[in-house]
Amino acid sequence: MQMKFNLVQQAGASNHQVAYAAFNSNAIYDQKANFRAVTQTTPKNTWVDHLKRIQTDQDQQAFAELFRYFAPRVKAFLMKSGAAPGMAEDCTQEVMATLWHKAHLFDPSRASVSTWIFTIARNKNIDALRKQRRPEPEELTWGPEAEPEASDVLEMQQQSDQLSQAMKALPGQQRELIEKAYFGDLSHGQIATETGLPLGTIKSRLRLGLSKLRQTME
Amino acid sequence: MNKITHHLSDQLLIGYSAGTLPEAFNLVVATHLSMCDECRAAAQSFDSIGGALMQAQPTEDLGDAAFAKTMALIAKGPKVVAPAPAGIDVPDPLSAYIGGGLSDVKWRPIGLGVRQAVLKTSHAATARLLYIPSGAAVPDHGHRGTELTLVLQGAFRDKTARFAAGDVEVADEDLHHKPVAEIGHDCICLAATDAPLRFSAWVPRVAQSLFRL
Repeated sequence: MQMKFNLVQQAGASNHQVAYAAFNSNAIYDQKANFRAVTQTTPKNTWVDHLKRIQTDQDQQAFAELFRYFAPRVKAFLMKSGAAPGMAEDCTQEVMATLWHKAHLFDPSRASVSTWIFTIARNKNIDALRKQRRPEPEELTWGPEAEPEASDVLEMQQQSDQLSQAMKALPGQQRELIEKAYFGDLSHGQIATETGLPLGTIKSRLRLGLSKLRQTME
Repeated sequence: MNKITHHLSDQLLIGYSAGTLPEAFNLVVATHLSMCDECRAAAQSFDSIGGALMQAQPTEDLGDAAFAKTMALIAKGPKVVAPAPAGIDVPDPLSAYIGGGLSDVKWRPIGLGVRQAVLKTSHAATARLLYIPSGAAVPDHGHRGTELTLVLQGAFRDKTARFAAGDVEVADEDLHHKPVAEIGHDCICLAATDAPLRFSAWVPRVAQSLFRL
């Protein structure tokens, strides 16, 4: 367990996230008071704080750091999905601009920052490259408490990190197949029935979140 | 709403998350997700896989001016998108394709009391609404590709099971079926196919050439 979290800290951590990390430590401390080495279990590369700074302060420094890390990844995703380099470059800029404009819609209790950016990039891909509309599920409107609970944010971010680690640990061939499915080389009929993807925890977490949301909507 | 018992397959949910499905399939998936929290949670977890893959892959460098160009795009302000029409008696994603609710659908008879309305999507697959009167049947047919049928109202049965509101049947080449609407309620479905259906009798085959079935 702790090994996993230590590995997680390698990429993308920055000093700006210390404040948020400290805040997170408190949350986990309340929940698991007896848990040893609390600070080590806090994922530091969640980028959640960066988005918050963009959202509340239009913080260009935070945006520049996010851009440096994510823009080359968005471009790589778009190129793997079939975009020519010039097209991928332009679309990446639009994806990153959308990220700025929609920062207020990001909910860290429902997704990690990389997942959220992935969905923006994917939608851009469908719109610009495949020239299709993208039907999205009905928005579930939030109740009066728009601010997500800190413990929910913490758990979602931790589980996203665990998922990333589990993905890295998949056998090479299986990982390759999944990459092919996501980078557009497989049609849905060619995707294996049994994917063996490590989804259990994050799926039940998301399911729980939806139940809570339905309750506040009633 | 009754409990949904027939869900989308992982293959379809991955395709939806990866963005590789034809638009007509995306429409059925998005409409089902609006009705089914189980599949919505699954779809969101497949998005997490996409996020993890995007983060872990080798990167591609951007041009020197990329950041400045992005800041210029930001300065222009967000693109103004007209708010999607709210669904009256159908989920929002479907309502956007109908241009309103079920009363706005322009139905066309396709024989035996069954009516349909083709929705405008990309050509890779076809999306249609089906209106099957209580007790009526869609003619016996097989599939060359995949057919998704999502029940919006009422219920139908075929030889595999009963499908009620929110349920989705994923039929492939192995399934040859004759969906019958349950007695008591007319059944309205949203269906998508990525290849023409294969009818057993010649009369529906003639109708097929006329009605893009």
